[in-house]
Amino acid sequence: MSVKLTTRQVGDVTVVDAVGRITLGDGASTFRDTVRDLAAGGKKKLLLNLAEVSYIDSSGIGEMVSGFTTVTNQGGQVKLLNLTKRVKDLLQITKLYTVFEVFEDEAAAVRSYS
Amino acid sequence: MAEHDRVAAQTVEELLESTLESVDQAEEIVLRLATAMGFDEDDLHRIGIAVRECMVNAVVHGNRYHSRKKVHLSVSRTPERLEIVIGDEGGSFDLSKLPDPLAEENLLRQSGRGLLMMKAFMDEFQVRPRQPQGTEVRMVKKLATAG
Repeated sequence: MSVKLTTRQVGDVTVVDAVGRITLGDGASTFRDTVRDLAAGGKKKLLLNLAEVSYIDSSGIGEMVSGFTTVTNQGGQVKLLNLTKRVKDLLQITKLYTVFEVFEDEAAAVRSYS
Repeated sequence: MAEHDRVAAQTVEELLESTLESVDQAEEIVLRLATAMGFDEDDLHRIGIAVRECMVNAVVHGNRYHSRKKVHLSVSRTPERLEIVIGDEGGSFDLSKLPDPLAEENLLRQSGRGLLMMKAFMDEFQVRPRQPQGTEVRMVKKLATAG
C-alpha cells in the first residue's frame, strides 16, 4: 500500500494526515507533490501527522527533508505530529530529530506556530 | 516444532531484474525466511528496510535500471543468523568518499541515508567489489537467543 494523504485546516495550520508507506515510487512522490502543492497554494504552516505511517524509507525521509527545506525557504514551517516508534527511531538514526520539531499533541502543535 | 527448528540451514539464490518490482520481490523472499526463523516484528521491519535500501542502491545506482544487468540476491539462514548478500553489475564505489549524512552540513540533503540505515538496522554490514564487476553488500542479522 502506498501513502494516502488528506489535509484539513485547523485555524491557519494545515494538518496533513498520512496513512500507509512513504517509500521510493508512488508514496514518496505523492508526499512530495502534496507538500509542494500546499506550499505553492500559500499554505506555509504544515503539520504532518504520521500516526498511521507504518514505514518510511530513505527516499521518504528525503522527501520529508526536501519539503521541510522548500517550505522553510518560503518563510513557512513544517512540523511533525504523532510519530510511531519506528519512525521516531528512524529520525534518531538520521539525526533529523534535531531538524524537525516533533509533537505528540495536536493542539499543542497547532499553538506552537508563530 | 517451529519451522526454524526443523530447517537448520537454507540458502536461497535469485537473479533479479533491475526494476523497482525486484525491490518488493527481494524483501518478500528475505522476510519469508526471516519470519520462519522467528525474528520479532521490530527486527522484521529493520531487516525489510535494510533489504529495500540495498536493493534500491543496486537497481538505481548500481545497475541504473539497465535491462541487461541483474541483481544477485543470496539469502542464507542458520538457526542463529540470517545472511543477505546483494550484488549489482554496475561500477564500484569508495565508501569512504561518500558524504557523512550525519554531518551538520549534510543533514538537509535529500539523499545519502540508505547505507546509514542498513548499518544501523543490521548486526554486520560490509561493502566489497563484486567479481567480475559491480558491488556487493553483505549484511547479517543475528537472532536474539531466548533468555
